[in-house]
Amino acid sequence: MSEALPLFFISAMGLSLLLYVILDGFDLGVGLLLPFGSAAEKDVMIASIGPFWDANETWIVMGVGVLLIAFPQAHGIILTALYIPVTIMLVGLILRGAAFDFRVKSADHRQPMWNKLFTLGSLMASMAQGWMLGAYITGLTGDAMSVAFSALIALTLPALYVMLGGAWLLIKTEGELFDKATRWCRLALPPMTVALLLVSIATPLVSQDIADRWFKLPDAIGLLPIPMSCGLAILGMAWMLRRPNVLRAGYGWFIFVALIVICLMAAIGLAYSIYPDIVIGRLTLWEAAAATESLQFIFWGTVVTLPVILAYTLYVHRVFAGKATLLSYD
Amino acid sequence: MELDPFVLSRIQFAANITFHILFPTITVGLGWFLLFFRVRYTQSGNGYWENAYNFWVKVYALTFALGVVSGITMSFQFGTNWPGFMERAGNIAGPLLGYEVLTAFFLEASFLGIMLFGKQRVSNRVHLLATFLVAFGTSLSAFWILALNSWMHTPAGYVIREGQFFAESWSAIIFNPSFPYRFTHMMLASLLTSAFLLAGISAWRIIQGVDGPATKMVLKTSIFTAAIIIPLQILAGDLHGLNTLKHQPAKVAAMEAVWDTEKGAGFTLFGLPDEEARETRFAVKIPYAASLILTHELDGEVKGLNDFDAHPPVAPVFWSFRVMTGVGTLMLLVSWWAAWQLFRQGTLSKYALQAVSLMTFSGWVASVAGWYVTEIGRQPWIVQGLVSTADVVAQHPTATLSGTLFGYVGLYVALMIAYMKALRIMAVKPAKTLEQDSNPVGTPLMGAPT
Ligand code: HDD
Ligand code: HEM
Ligand code: HEM
Repeated sequence: MSEALPLFFISAMGLSLLLYVILDGFDLGVGLLLPFGSAAEKDVMIASIGPFWDANETWIVMGVGVLLIAFPQAHGIILTALYIPVTIMLVGLILRGAAFDFRVKSADHRQPMWNKLFTLGSLMASMAQGWMLGAYITGLTGDAMSVAFSALIALTLPALYVMLGGAWLLIKTEGELFDKATRWCRLALPPMTVALLLVSIATPLVSQDIADRWFKLPDAIGLLPIPMSCGLAILGMAWMLRRPNVLRAGYGWFIFVALIVICLMAAIGLAYSIYPDIVIGRLTLWEAAAATESLQFIFWGTVVTLPVILAYTLYVHRVFAGKATLLSYD
Repeated sequence: MELDPFVLSRIQFAANITFHILFPTITVGLGWFLLFFRVRYTQSGNGYWENAYNFWVKVYALTFALGVVSGITMSFQFGTNWPGFMERAGNIAGPLLGYEVLTAFFLEASFLGIMLFGKQRVSNRVHLLATFLVAFGTSLSAFWILALNSWMHTPAGYVIREGQFFAESWSAIIFNPSFPYRFTHMMLASLLTSAFLLAGISAWRIIQGVDGPATKMVLKTSIFTAAIIIPLQILAGDLHGLNTLKHQPAKVAAMEAVWDTEKGAGFTLFGLPDEEARETRFAVKIPYAASLILTHELDGEVKGLNDFDAHPPVAPVFWSFRVMTGVGTLMLLVSWWAAWQLFRQGTLSKYALQAVSLMTFSGWVASVAGWYVTEIGRQPWIVQGLVSTADVVAQHPTATLSGTLFGYVGLYVALMIAYMKALRIMAVKPAKTLEQDSNPVGTPLMGAPT
């Protein structure tokens, strides 16, 4: 039991962060795309994420929460090392969340300002998250190589979020905005692909340890499905995005699903690269784990509540299923 | 005081939590008011209740959003600024924060969407349920975080091995000695804060002449609630103080600025505590009152600050305590006066309206002051008597910390201005929607009309 608990919690943390990237990813992506919509379209874009963004954002609280609960030693090391990007991300998330409400509740002539802050906040949060991921993968060393790599991912992640945001709009909107979203996705796909490729090439270059794991036989063969399914997903998206008629016929969700596949594969790949470390090269899962009795206490809570949370999350999505309508409190 | 990383981290943490707590103090209480409006509408079919809900739910949405975004900052702060706290007390703090996320945060954040935007998409029953779950979720969140915070004041149910805390009994940890008092006092504080917000803005609308039946209904509800709760709050505060005297006597000595242990100690109404001279200058005292309040005996012994090895900074604790109790007294006077008028004549006089509207944000002042008493009064400890705050701070360069502190404070000031402006706009603008009689004598949606 006590051996398996850290594994359980690292999986819970991974799942939370993966859900965060997908769910808040589309919120942040919509924020990044906001400047490109007309005034009326902006309202629909915001309406498409309105009922969800708050719950989506909670997944990052859960992710950090699990890190804190289950791996308090690592929690301190990681967050202290990432102090500046964390602060930038937090300021970004504050701006984004505040702007969401203020844009319709402040004076009318302020709306453009809050729209801009909404985008700025989304951009700060996405780039800071990319930076954090990069710094984390390179072992939080802070040397030149690590900084360059972090910068690379800081630029990549927004591209992924833009894709997610565009794909979300394909599910939630229709008419002209739908066509615009198709175009946005088409434009964002190549940069996202290039960025993904670069990251995949750079990761083994930066870390010898990761390189060893990926390029030794026979493991390399077992790992092949990861790059292959990513490749297929990208090809599939490229094919679909050139066929607006198919998308309009009700297959808009395909892009979103393909992106989920990519995120999932990236998560599995990442997990494979670093396991069993939690702070790469410094601390393993087991060294960082909290006391067994604490883990047990929260284990049962997690086992009971997590399915309930997932169930009502699905329920909320069902209530707001279909194309987005303008938000109204009445 | 030099601006070393330790002091800066403390100021930054204090700034962040102060900004954060402003919003929960409203949302925790306001959620129950909103539920009440919805239930009244459902029972009576009186459309003005629905209008009242529709108006105040917008304020709720804005406040909730600010509470959420500032709360996310809090959950990262433990790691970024106080890593030592989690390294030592992670086994205790982690699961409590974890249960807060699992049972409360997801609940409130998920059903908020339905509560705010889903009225047309779900049945009235489901919407009522969603509103209940949001109100319940915010209160549950207060439960967990206050369990942790109270544990830091009155630790129980643990063992320490090699400098680390290990849990021995979770029920002793959660229901630690100060928890029932703190939880009660904080829940009542939230209800009072939102009651005065509702009353204050309603009074302001009446003064501005943009009122109607719904505004008057909200005013009545909130004034009567405040008038009933404030004596309970004062009683709860008194009991809380006695509990503190038992477990954190140095904090109480600082609250009263008692320097030397004495029997039959006087209560200092006002004065200037001077830590260097170790005396309170210009003290205005009520003889025997401190002994009477604290020990319920005229010549009971009160232990003075000089007899503790370590004690908190005196002046901020002393002053914050007076601000809180002073505002509490004002709340009592104003709410009873207004309730009396409403009871006698059904409306408020001009002066009473002005007094009520001046009290709009009084709950914020009292609550923040109360938290300062509590938290500054615990210093120099982060876990009372066991772990000192200075030991757990992260060592960031002073320049980094000054930069982030400056950024946060600037952002908070800007958001506060925007929040106040938005409240003002909301308070005038929806005059139409609030008072429009959509369904004034309509049919009840559920149950019998009342
Ligand atoms: C008495 C109540 C209370 C207190 C003392 C605190 N909070 Fe809080 N917090 C709430 C009551 C609350 C709430 C009512 O549940 C909020 C505010 C508005 C809201 O939307 O939820 C919230 C939101 C909130 C969120 C966002 C939740 C979400 O995504 O829905 C986080 C991460 C925190 N808080 C974390 C903290 C931490 C780490 C605290 C201590 C240092 C803290 N809060 C003090
Ligand atoms: C919600 C209202 C709260 C307010 C307004 C508040 C305010 C403060 C203030 C002003 C300090 C600084 C004291 C000093 O350094 O002299 C402080 C310290 C601290 N508080 Fe709170 N607090 C609140 C709740 C909490 C909660 C719920 C927790 C934990 C669960 C907490 C944990 C801490 C910690 C870790 C410190 C030590 C760091 C420091 O000294 O600044 N606080 N708080
Ligand atoms: C007038 C009578 C009151 C008394 C005697 C009183 C007493 C106290 C005491 C002794 C504490 C410190 C507890 C400790 O940490 O040891 C406290 C804290 C606090 N007070 Fe009051 N209080 C009063 C009124 C109010 C009012 C009107 C509000 C807000 C509306 C309020 C809000 C708070 C809050 C939020 C705290 C911090 C949380 C806690 O420790 O409970 N108090 N109060």
